[in-house]
Formats: sequence, structure tokens, C-alpha cells
Amino acid sequence: MKKTYKVEVDCANCAAKMEEAVKATKGVKDATLSFMTLKLKVEFEDGADVNAVMQDALANCKKVEDDCEIFL
Amino acid sequence: MTSKQKKVLYRIIIATVLIVVVSLFCKFVEPDTWIEVVLYLIPYFVIGYDILKKAGKGILNKQVFDENFLMAVATVGAMLLGDFKEGVAVMLFYQIGELFQSCAVGKSRKNIAALMDIRPDYANVMVDGEIEQVDPDDVEVGTEIIVNPGEKVPIDGVITEGNTTLNTSALTGESVPRSAKCGEEVISGCINMTGVIKLKTTKEFGDSTVSKILDLVENSSMKKSRSENFITKFARYYTPAVCYSALALALIPPIISLIMGMSPNFQTWIIRALTFLVISCPCALVISIPLSFFGGIGCASTNGILVKGSNYLEALADTKYIVFDKTGTLTKGVFEVNGVYPESGYTDKDLLYYAAYAESASSHPISISLKKAYGEKLDLEHVTGIEEIAGHGVQATVDGKPVYAGNSKLMKKNGLTITQEHDEGTVVYIAIDGAYAGCITIADVIKPTSKDAIHGLKKSGIKTVMLTGDTKKTADKVAAEVGVDMVRSELLPADKVSEVEALLEKKQGKENLAFVGDGINDAPVLSRADIGIAMGALGSDAAIEAADVVLMDDDPAKIALAMKISMKTLRIVRENIVFALFVKAICLILGALGIANMWIAIFADVGVMVIAVINATRALRIKL
Repeated sequence: MKKTYKVEVDCANCAAKMEEAVKATKGVKDATLSFMTLKLKVEFEDGADVNAVMQDALANCKKVEDDCEIFL
Repeated sequence: MTSKQKKVLYRIIIATVLIVVVSLFCKFVEPDTWIEVVLYLIPYFVIGYDILKKAGKGILNKQVFDENFLMAVATVGAMLLGDFKEGVAVMLFYQIGELFQSCAVGKSRKNIAALMDIRPDYANVMVDGEIEQVDPDDVEVGTEIIVNPGEKVPIDGVITEGNTTLNTSALTGESVPRSAKCGEEVISGCINMTGVIKLKTTKEFGDSTVSKILDLVENSSMKKSRSENFITKFARYYTPAVCYSALALALIPPIISLIMGMSPNFQTWIIRALTFLVISCPCALVISIPLSFFGGIGCASTNGILVKGSNYLEALADTKYIVFDKTGTLTKGVFEVNGVYPESGYTDKDLLYYAAYAESASSHPISISLKKAYGEKLDLEHVTGIEEIAGHGVQATVDGKPVYAGNSKLMKKNGLTITQEHDEGTVVYIAIDGAYAGCITIADVIKPTSKDAIHGLKKSGIKTVMLTGDTKKTADKVAAEVGVDMVRSELLPADKVSEVEALLEKKQGKENLAFVGDGINDAPVLSRADIGIAMGALGSDAAIEAADVVLMDDDPAKIALAMKISMKTLRIVRENIVFALFVKAICLILGALGIANMWIAIFADVGVMVIAVINATRALRIKL
């Protein structure tokens, strides 16, 4: 399953770090973040609880870049 | 500016004023050092509190080596060493640079969004005899919608009432308006210019052209280019490497001096290490590459070329082989009358007149092209007794005269002798009032731009190949006319794949092969080739789905343009990489040697970034 979220982040390097953080979240199969469109596309593992996974992903992002937001 | 950017701007202004006031005060009053420190700390916190906070949080979250950390260490270090003014100034300039970057990125985002502003906001639907504006998402297939002049066509459909001209430039880059008559299909995203039209929708909004294009372009920056991935990876190693080097620079030389019995000179080396840190910020590289590609993709879409990802835009520059499908790609894919050969006693117009009336009841592509060539509205009172003779043609009475129109078999069957033989395309022979009256040839026409397009590609050293399912005779004729290097005919869809695979084997190293096609049967080849290019207006949905690049106006000449945009974008990307790395490398060396001071360091960070961003936005304005 794939979903797209709007994100807010200020710098390109931070966006790259957020992308890594989301990818590393359990339940996420793959993720891409486009700094230009400020959109995050997440592909979930089969049977993953999307909301819980995204909460974790957001927490992971906050760890690498405090000043960011994913609009869930 | 967003409210966030405005806030930073106010902080910059306040901090600048404070710095000026404090430095003047210190110069004339010459207070104690501790008072000076406290006074400089005020603008320092005004401008840098968020950076310090982020740096602190970064350390807590074990994310030590980021920009915030670099800036915090560099400025705090400078303050500790007594360079109060430099410490505050570094922070101030860093924030100015960040603000500038944020504005530049925001602006190019907006520019591109404006280019792609083709999303229709509403559809006019008749509800109980009154026109109501509804969300295009809620319109079901087969609903009648009304499009007024000046409005966007919201959903794909067929015109059921009215004639108009449409501006398709947002979709195709084509500036000449297209006329649309009752019964014709129109695609969403066009702007209705002259007349009110009624449409019967043939698709849902989500499947309509406009939604697909928006989806495509918005997702294009998700597919990252090789250069972008390279830089992201590079930054991951680069930042820690620089931090350790700075640490080494601060510690090793003084320790060696100590061992050798000289003064350690700690202060000098720490200042150099801090300068080193400021120079090293990787942001210029990381931001300018996706920005350049995004600009390039935006520029391509204004020209009617949709590129589905930065990686494809990058790959286009290395294209060495281009394989074309014939029908619908190099030719128009529609049959047109290309020759009228009347016997004496008849004019071209006469022959077309009789042929069109005789064929008036049929919807066969050949009949349609005859009617189109005749060009005038048919008054069906002129014709009676139309009878179709399967495999032969038609027989009818036009203006009281018996007319036969069909192939040579039909003529023979009726004992008529054909005086001229033609073998190109399809030939319709016509007999009027019991005598042979001439023939009309119908063929698929080569697009007017095909020849120039192939010529241009060949001139830039690209090998062109044409593959087709058509007969050898027709294929060879088209190939000779447009001038492709190689032609393969009478191919089944599977043969096309194996032909392309054979070519893929032949190419070397970084060379790429592009396939250009339009039909459903081209979809497998489109996905097999390095770059699949589909014809968007004529093309089947399957082909557009499978392709990586879509040419909205079906013009093969756009391929060369797409390659040009690709090459220029790549050049901008390379300029940025080389420029940023070069300036940084020089400044790093100068910094380590103690020649570059903090001001040069700030230029190497913020200045390089600003120049790189400005250079990147050039991609948006690539001219032909």
C-alpha cells in the first residue's frame, strides 16, 4: 500500500535525512521525499498499521531534524 | 514570504541594528570585556537561539554532525576566543543565507506550480434545468457538462453541442488554438476560448488527462537522479569527515608544537578549525541539484514534454539510439487523401464529390478520409440506394447516376477497365454512370516535422531506427522520406521487443536507447527501453503509463528539444557541483593554512549556496 503525505521541512539536506528516517521505520517498505514538492510517498509493508507506523516515522524524523512536520 | 520567513527577516533586522549599536558603543566607550561579552550576547541570542536549540537537541538525539551543530560550535568557539563580533556575524550571515535559500526555493516552487496551474476547480452540470457548479470529482461518466468561454475543460469528453476553439498550450506547449466541432473528443486541461460547448464526459475526473498530467508532474521529483543520490550519499560521509578534520586541525598541530618544545598556539589553531567548519556546510550542493532538475522538468512541461522523473531527464542526455514506431509516431496515424487522379471530363472536386456521397453511409476510416477531403457538408438527398459490397466497396445512386467506389475487384466485377494503376497506400477506384472516372489514393501521411526531427537527431550523432508492423514497401518509402538510418518492417509486437533488445546489447557503457511509440502494442517496448517516449495526444493510455517521457502534442521534433533541456540541466548541475566543491576545497585549504578568515568562510558557505541556487533556477528558463 502506498500513501502520500504533505511535509514541511526547511533544507534539502534535512529532507534527505527525514527520508532516511522514514525508510528506517518499522513497517515502512520504501519512502521517497521530494524537497521540491514537499511530498512524502510511503510504501507500507503488507498488514502494517498505517497510523501507528506513521506516528513512529514522525517521531524518528523529529529525532534527526527537529524542525520538521509530516501532516498525517 | 511565509510567516516563518518573515519572523526570520525581523530577527535579522533587529540583530543587525543591535550589532551596529553594540559595536559603536564598544568602540567609543571601551567597556570592560565582560560587559562587551554580555552586550554581544544579546544580538547573538536574537539571531541564533533556534540554531543553538536545534544543535542541543541534535546532540541529545545523537545527530551530532549537522549544520546547526557546525554553526553553534563555530560561533560559540569564536566567542570564547574573544572574537565576539565575528561570532555574531557568522550566525547572522548564516541566517541571511538560509532565508535567501528558503525564499529562492519557495519562489521556484511557486513558478513551477503556476506553470502547471491546469487543475480545473469546478464543472458546470445541468441539474433540474439549472446550471450548477460542482466538484469535478463528483461528476459521473456520461454526464453532460457545459464549458463556457474562458473556462477550463474539467473532464475529458465528446462535444454534443456547439463549436469552439481550444487553447491547448498548457498541455501541449502548442500556441496555435485548435478548433473543435460537435462530435469531436476534447481533453481536459484545454481552455475553451470562443463558444459555449456541451460535453458528454467519457471519463471520471481521476482518469482524465488533466489529473494524470498533474499526478505525473507532481511525482516526477520522487524519482531521483543519479547525481542527486550521489550528493545525498556524499553529504552523509562528508559532514562527519569535515568535523573530524576540524577537530584534528584544532588538536594535532598544537600537540606537535608542544612535543617539539614550541608554544602550542592553541588559539590560532582553534580559530582555523572553526573557519574550516563554517566553510564546509554541504547545503549548496544538496539544494542546487534537485532544484536544477525540478527547473528542467518544469521547463520541459511548459514545452509540452512531460518527464516522469529526474532520472529520466538525466538519462535523456546520454541517448545514442532512438527507435521509432512508424504509425502515429513518424506518421499521423490517420488516413488522408493524398492523390486524386480523375479521367478527362471530371475535376478533382467532382471525383471527391461522388466518392464522398457514395461512401456517405460508412464510418470506415477510408470513408471518413474521403468525406474529410471533400470538405463540405453532405446533403443526403443527393444519394439513394447505398449498398455495401463486402470486400469490394460500395454502390450508390448519386444525383440519379449509378456510382461505384471501391477496389480494383469491384471495377473488374462490373466490367470496367482501370486506366491507371497505383500501388501506394489504399486506392479507391470510381466509376460514374457506367464509365471509369478515375481514382483517389489514400495513405497515412508523414508528420510535417518528422523529417526535420530525424535530420536534427542524426546531426547530433544519434542513430535512428524505425520499427513497424506495416508492409516492407510502405515502411521503406516512409523510411526513405524521413531519412532514418535503419528500418525493420512486418514486425509483430513481440518482434519489436526482440529488435530493441538486440540494439540494447549493441550499445556501450553509458549510452542510452530511447523508444518512441504510441500504441497499446508499444507498451512492452516502452518499458524495455532505457527511456520510453510516448505520444500523449494520440497515444493509448497503456503507452502513456509505460512511458517515461510523454510528448503532449505528438511532435517528434520535441525529442531533440527534450534532449537539449536535459543536457542544459545536466550542465547546470555539473557547474554547481564543480563550482561548489572547488570553492570549498580552496577555502578549506586556505582556512587550514590560516589565510582565509571568518569572512571568507562565510562567503564559502552562504555565498556559494546563493550562487548555486541562482544558477539552478536558470534551468527553469532554458531557451531553445
